[in-house]
Amino acid sequence: MILDGRIWVLDDDDINTDVIYPGKYTYEPFGPEEMAKHALEDFDPDFASKVEEGDIIVAGRNFGCGSSREQAVTSLKFAGIRAIVAESFARIYYRNAINQALVVIDCADASRFARKNKEKVHGSRARIDTENGRLEILGEEFSFVPLSGKALEIFDAGGLVEYTKRRLASS
Amino acid sequence: MGKTLIEKILAAASGEKEVRAGEIVFARPHMILSHDNSAAISKIFFDMGAKKVWNPSRVFIALDHAVPPPDWKKAQNHKIIRNFVEEQGIENFYEAGTGICHQVLPEYGHVIPGVVILGSDSHTTTHGAFGAAGIPIGRTETASVWALGETWLKVPETIKIVLNGRLQENVYPKDVILHVIGRLTADGASYKAVEFHGDVVRSMGISGRMTICNMAAEMGAKAGMVPFDDVAREWFDSLGITQYDIVLPDEDAAYEKVYEFDCSQITPQVAKPHKVDNVVPVSELGEVEIDEALLGTCTNGRVEDLRIAAEILEGKKVAKGVRLLVYPASRKVLEEALSLGIVEKIVKAGGEVAVPACGPCLGAYGGVLAPGERAVSSANRNFKGRMGCSEDTGIYLASPATVAASALAGRIVVP
Repeated sequence: MILDGRIWVLDDDDINTDVIYPGKYTYEPFGPEEMAKHALEDFDPDFASKVEEGDIIVAGRNFGCGSSREQAVTSLKFAGIRAIVAESFARIYYRNAINQALVVIDCADASRFARKNKEKVHGSRARIDTENGRLEILGEEFSFVPLSGKALEIFDAGGLVEYTKRRLASS
Repeated sequence: MGKTLIEKILAAASGEKEVRAGEIVFARPHMILSHDNSAAISKIFFDMGAKKVWNPSRVFIALDHAVPPPDWKKAQNHKIIRNFVEEQGIENFYEAGTGICHQVLPEYGHVIPGVVILGSDSHTTTHGAFGAAGIPIGRTETASVWALGETWLKVPETIKIVLNGRLQENVYPKDVILHVIGRLTADGASYKAVEFHGDVVRSMGISGRMTICNMAAEMGAKAGMVPFDDVAREWFDSLGITQYDIVLPDEDAAYEKVYEFDCSQITPQVAKPHKVDNVVPVSELGEVEIDEALLGTCTNGRVEDLRIAAEILEGKKVAKGVRLLVYPASRKVLEEALSLGIVEKIVKAGGEVAVPACGPCLGAYGGVLAPGERAVSSANRNFKGRMGCSEDTGIYLASPATVAASALAGRIVVP
């Protein structure tokens, strides 16, 4: 898959699922479009109104730490985010993202470059080749380890709902 | 080379003779836990085309996150769950008011040593206190486990944390784990299993072990575990549970890292806003006035925690302008605290004792902060906005003793 999108540099480590999707909404029966309106609300209140379809997030270490709430993935996905690049991801967030077929890329070099050159990178475009593990920002090339094995199988199925559906159908 | 506890547990849970860190296995849980999120999970479950859960005796649901429901939508959420439980014949369902999932699951005998407990809640790591592996997962994954009875897991590397020494009189398991998190940082155990060892752990009761395993989630751990010993055996004996296999790490197990702490040096600790690893000794905090003191939750809502707080509060009054909110972790905890006179001491000091539930820990209902307010809390997270309001609020995490002493002083103080 080739992705080409506008970059949001979220210049912080430990961006947790409470600031991505506040706990006060977690037991409101919101559909995904409504969830999207609150994406990153307590990190950047302007994010939800300015994000566009196809945008890409670049953030620091331990992205998505904290609560296992899956709305922290759903809200960003339905807000239009197509990929998240981070120095590292919190474990549950990473699994949740794959289970919803949202592209998540562990790439410390790209994250550090984007944060160091935040002024220029924010709003510029990233090009991502998910299969070959290549990422380009402002003409700089970075490589990452592409998904493989079970995680890739789930991602390629379109997420865990589709994957489970197929397994149930074949059993 | 020997095996770590998680390598042995995941081998057993996946039916393999032996597994090593780095391998992918399909693990079958002893129990799969969820709570108020079960309505949303059931919707995903049906979207998957599933009709019946693979094994109704392995599904555990406790209503705890919005209890009692503050509005009709959350009441309806509970109703959807009750209907699902009825229709599917779920055997381990606990009504609103029974308590917080992580307290109720062990109390009612749904954990045994050496097994995998999967849970759609990040603090599922709590069950490591019983020599099991509590592994948190998300909602979609929980729906898939309901349907298939298994999920894929990477066998993690293990970090061994050795807690040696003897705790000072006003220092509790919460202070120890905050100190550890401050040193290892919020992603210090990311993707790893953690084993807790050492004199301090061996002499720690089940309650304190649940606190440190609960907080292992705040270092990013996939599981935080205390190997089975006589303390755990006594606890299981008290419940009449004797049928289990004892699984222990090998003496020569391969650990990725070993950290040793001399806990004799630790003084009461506090995690400052807005990160759990932003830890300092209370004595170095400086002047922080508080509006709310939260005592309880799955981290520190057990009888031992309430007793420590009650002893500090006894015969005194909460400072003017401070509200002390108390959320026992379960009805059983509340009943015991009532019979021991603990609740009376707390209430007479001005504490507001609520129904056993999660309360304002996640900011979804009662007890939230107003803009500009500060709270000292015995819960597990101090993220911006966590207690319902992000506008100039601050949450300070501490032990039940520090929470109680601070409620009396009106500012955060050493207990």
